[in-house]
Amino acid sequence: MSQPKVKMYSLSTCSHCKATKKFLGECTIKYEFVDVDKLEGDERKAIIEDVKKFNPRCSFPTIIIGDTVVVGYKEKEIKEALGMS
Amino acid sequence: MTPQELYDRMKTVQEAKGYYFNKDKERTFELLEALIANKENYGYMGCPCRLLSGDKELDRDIFCPCVYSVPDIEEFGSCYCNLYVSQEWNDGKIPHEYVPERRPPEKMPY
Repeated sequence: MSQPKVKMYSLSTCSHCKATKKFLGECTIKYEFVDVDKLEGDERKAIIEDVKKFNPRCSFPTIIIGDTVVVGYKEKEIKEALGMS
Repeated sequence: MTPQELYDRMKTVQEAKGYYFNKDKERTFELLEALIANKENYGYMGCPCRLLSGDKELDRDIFCPCVYSVPDIEEFGSCYCNLYVSQEWNDGKIPHEYVPERRPPEKMPY
């Protein structure tokens, strides 16, 4: 079964974001991520608007797995969305 | 300032209030390093788990320890970042639930 597309909006300083990256790495899940705190100016504004579409509170990490949005490092929800459980 | 110096300084102040550093030292020092990085980049020790605006006044509520850490530790035994926790949380006497964001959306300046 192919893996759903995984995209994460994260912060470079956030412990939950680091834990999520580590978890996905350990599970050998391919994913893209954007560290929003590292962006500046218009690019930052545009990405924040993207995050708000998925998670109006704009908290991190916001993880998009296929059609599912997981807010925060919630291992159980991430595994379910990945079809691992 | 080194993470160890920050640790030593905050430990004394916070433990007197009944708040403890997460006993997972790796996690704690990772967060302390992030706080020091935020101080260097933004000029203030804003929460490492939230997007800082760069405006000190707008982010005053999330200077670490943030104003939300008090009710979060009261309700969940831990702050949003899992940096400051209660003794019971560290002792594993209460479940380590994910702490939801308590900061009201209208406080977020973006």
